Order: sequence, then C-alpha cells, then structure tokens
Amino acid sequence: MNDLSNRAISIKADLLTKRYGDFIAADALSFEVYKGEIFGFLGANGAGKTTAMRMLCGLSLPSSGSATIAGFDIYRETEKIKKNIGYMSQKFSLYEDLTVLENIRFYGGIYGLSDGAIKEKSEAIIARLGLQSEADKLVSALPLGWKQKLAFSVAILHQPHIVFLDEPTGGVDPVTRRQFWDLIYEAAEEGVTVFVTTHYMDEAEYCNRISIMVDGRIEALDTPHNLKQQFQADSMDDVFYKLARQAKRVDL
Amino acid sequence: MRTIKFLLQKEFRQIFRNKSILAIIAVMPVVQLAIMPLAADYEVKNINLSVVDHDHSTYSQELVSKITASGYFRLMAYSSSFKEAMQGIESDQADIVLEIPAGFEKNLIREDEQKLFIAVNAINGTKANLGGAYVNQIIRAYNQDIRLELVQPTRMNPIPVIEITATNWFNPSMNYKVFMVPGILAILVTMVGGFLSALNIVREKEVGTIEQINVTPIKKYHFILGKLIPFWILGNVVFTVGMLVSYLLYGIVPLGNMGVLYSFIAVYLLAVLGLGLLVSTFCETQQQAMLIMFFLMMIFILMGGLFTPIESMPEWAKVVSSFNPVTYLISVMRLVILKGSGFRDILSHLGIIASFAVVLNTWAILNYRKTT
Repeated sequence: MNDLSNRAISIKADLLTKRYGDFIAADALSFEVYKGEIFGFLGANGAGKTTAMRMLCGLSLPSSGSATIAGFDIYRETEKIKKNIGYMSQKFSLYEDLTVLENIRFYGGIYGLSDGAIKEKSEAIIARLGLQSEADKLVSALPLGWKQKLAFSVAILHQPHIVFLDEPTGGVDPVTRRQFWDLIYEAAEEGVTVFVTTHYMDEAEYCNRISIMVDGRIEALDTPHNLKQQFQADSMDDVFYKLARQAKRVDL
Repeated sequence: MRTIKFLLQKEFRQIFRNKSILAIIAVMPVVQLAIMPLAADYEVKNINLSVVDHDHSTYSQELVSKITASGYFRLMAYSSSFKEAMQGIESDQADIVLEIPAGFEKNLIREDEQKLFIAVNAINGTKANLGGAYVNQIIRAYNQDIRLELVQPTRMNPIPVIEITATNWFNPSMNYKVFMVPGILAILVTMVGGFLSALNIVREKEVGTIEQINVTPIKKYHFILGKLIPFWILGNVVFTVGMLVSYLLYGIVPLGNMGVLYSFIAVYLLAVLGLGLLVSTFCETQQQAMLIMFFLMMIFILMGGLFTPIESMPEWAKVVSSFNPVTYLISVMRLVILKGSGFRDILSHLGIIASFAVVLNTWAILNYRKTT
C-alpha cells in the first residue's frame, strides 16, 4: 500500500476549522485521504474527532478553511456530498422500532435505489451478516455487535465513495470487532474509502494511515509503522500516550 | 415521490407499533368528550343558600320554597341573624344569603312595597353572578304572582309594562352541551395534531436517528411532508371518532354539511401540524417541545372562545385570539354544527387558516436544518 499517494484523492481538507465562540473544536485541519484507503482518526475524548467528521459529512458547517469530499465542495455542494458518502454515528441510529429488513428497505429507498436493487442488497446483507432468522425481528432486539454490523452495512448500502465511521466498535466484544473489521476490509477492497475514528489501538494498526488529534489539532499523521519509528515507540499505545498526554483540554 | 412513499411506509409502521399513540387516538377523544362536557357545565346548580327570615310569615315561607323549588339552590341554613349567616359565607358553606326583613308580609300587603337583601359570596365569580341573577329572577316572578293576587287585574295595566319574550335560535333549549362539545372537539383535534407532530421529530433528534437522515440526500420538504401526511391522516381519524362520539353520547348531528366541516379540518390540520413541526425544529428534547406546546395550548384553549366569548375580551386579547387557530376552528364548528352554515359562510375563516398553514409550514421547512 505504498503507492497510495498515486491514487485519486477522496478527501482533501485544507485548514478546516470549527469554532464555537472562543472554543476551537477543530483547529486548521489539513490532510488528504486517498481512494480505497482506511484512514484512522485517533484522539482522546474531546480532541475534536467527531467535530471534524461531522464537518466532512456535511452535518456541520466549518467556520473557516476548505475541503472537498469526493470532489465536491464542503460549503456549496453538501447535498452532492451526501449522495456519495455513508455515515455511521457514535450513537446507534437505525430505527429500533423497525425490523432489520425494514431499515434496509427504508434507507435503500431514501438513497433512491430501485426496488430490484433494494431486494438484492437486502438479501446480500442478510446473508453476509448471517441474520436470516433475525431479518423480520425489530432492530431493538438485536445485540449491540449485530446492530453495529447492520448499521455499517446500511451505511454502505448505496455504494458510497467514502464511508465515515465514528467509533463504530465502541462497547463491542473482541470477536465481533474482528468481524466488523473484516467488513471494513471488504468495503475498502471494493474501493470504498474508509474514514474511521477509534479508541482501540489494535484497530489503529489495521489502518493504512492514521492521524492523531490533540486539542483540536492534528499532531501526527502517517502509517502506523512510520509513527512508531518517529516516536520511538514499540506500539501504537505508546505513540498515542506520548501525544495525548500533552493535551491541555479536559475531557468534554 | 418515491422518497415520500418510503417515508410514509416507515412512519406508519412506527405509528402502528407504538401503543401509546394508538391509545391517544382511540381513547383520548372518547374519554374527553364523555367527561369534559359534563364538567364544563355552564348551568350553575347546587348554589348554597342561607336564609335569614325575620318575618316567619306565609309569604316569606312561600318565597323561600319558590327559590328552593327552582332546583338551582340548596337550602343550607335557616339563620336567626344576618351575622350568623355571614359566618356561613365566611366558612364557604354558603354562597348566597337572603335576608327577609321583619314585617315583610305586612308591609307588602299594606304598603305594596318591600325590600329584600341578598349577599353574594363572590369568591367563585361565576357561581355568584349566576346565583344572584337566579334569585333576582325568582323574586321578580314571585312579585308578579303577588301582584296578580293583590291587585285586581284591570282590562288595561295601570302601569305600562314591557314584557320580554326571548327565543334561542340555533340552540332552542339552550343546551350547553350542544355548544360545548364542538368546541371541546376542536381543542382535541388541535392537541392531538400539535403534540404528535411536535414530539415526533424531536424524538428522532433525541434518539439520534435524525442524524442518519441528515447525512442522506433527502430533501427537506420530503422529510417534512413525510411527517405531515401521517399525522394529517391521524388528525382526521381523531376528528371522525370525535364526531361519532358526540353523535352517540349527545345526539349531536351537524345541521350543516359534513363536507364543509371536513374541508375546513383538512386545511386546519395542516396549520396545526405546521405549528408542531415548527416547534420541533426549535427544540432539542421532547421535554422542551412538550413545555412549549403546553404553553401554546393554554393560550389556545383560554383565548379561543371556548369558555368565554372573544367579543367580550379587551382589544389586545382580541388581537391575540385572532392569531389563535383554535378560535377559527371553534367558530366554524359551531357555525356548521349548530347553525348549518355553508361553505360560503366559512370562506373567510378558511382563508385565514390556509395562510396560517402556508406560513407555519414554510417556516418549519426553512428552519429545519440538515447542516448546523
């Protein structure tokens, strides 16, 4: 994956900033993410990861700076961006009072998939996740791990260029986390750019490149291998610890 | 259009799975219409009367029995002194004290004139007002009787007398239920529509599902329509159930055309739902939305002409109630149900409500932000 820089650029952020009054949640973020890359976004709680991600998804307008997502401008073309991205928020946000199939059908419909495509996708997702016997159960009845896998599958239902995952594996058991990352790899293999935030350092190792945010700024950005060398650390844990303890901001 | 189809499908599935919404739609109109009109009674009964009879004559006895026989009064006490009776008022046991002076009968016969004294406990204004008026009326009637008895009727009245005969149009027996039930139904439709729509979007905000909607390319007006249409249908259902209940329980059949009523309700619901949606765009939690809706509902109910006529309100209050959608619905309901007004008679009401609907919904769509 050393030839990443030759690939097309999926996300390009330039001095992207979000201010809330005096508080700078995200401070002059500049980075590029390449097509098909798994880009890890690390940082302590309150470092500004979610703020950054919400700006990139078009959920929140930046205070200054510029960015293009899948080639579309973050200010003027938010609706075009939304056609081309998938998003999975920190908080599980499929409809708990709809069944698995109904959720898939609903989001398929919203993204403008044809009835045939929705049917095909539904079957594929159910088969891939092994949810055959749960397909007609309410989502609220599923265990968290399955919910997260379902939410991810729904987020990439419409074959977006980029998928944003905000702490997708929080609170999920290690086995399910592994399975979740298999799903991420499969998506990346198909050319989907994956932008993922996480607190798990083993997951950070799975990423092609990672950036580490401290107090709203990106303090480090490279492959896990290079970062370990740069910070003379044995593991990503050490790298993270060395950077994160400089943080002055308290947990939000 | 396809997007709306999916939105409606989702919304209806959620509604039919939500037992509390179904209960609100089915039970609220029935219970409220069954109970409220009985309680919101304009006829004041059981007025507690305390009599101080200094005369103890046949006439004073007759007068008291006339008053108690009217059915509006309950004779609480026969006091020997006014002071004693006043204590009854002070301890809230009596609402009205009627004092009959000594020599009532004698003076009435000899001098053709006598005075009575009435003291009214005005803590409960309505009761005091009406109670006083009732007593007055009964005494006047009694006065007539005595005149007939004492003064030999001549061919012509010695004093010119103007007698008034009143007819109550549109509600001949002055049945207050006929008058209250349509008003209460108007409030019900408003409450159900306003609360359901306001709470629905805010619930999506609270649960976080709206976030997932906001990252999709869905158009704002699609989303709002997807919320509006299901609750519009529910509002019509509540109204229909309400009309059925008022027919079954109170035998109220609209004199006017049901089509006129339904076409007004159709536009009215758009306005109320628009208000609910607008409130939801300003709120982050269901609690906030609930409190704001309660605040508005209180104004709507008290300033909508349900209990007190708008014509008797001060000027500023009239202005406020002209911005109250409920005012127009109550008025149209009474016009069509009691008076049998036609489409042309409610056209101005319809026009005003339609502009409410346009303004509120446009505002709601503009204020709904997919991006903050």
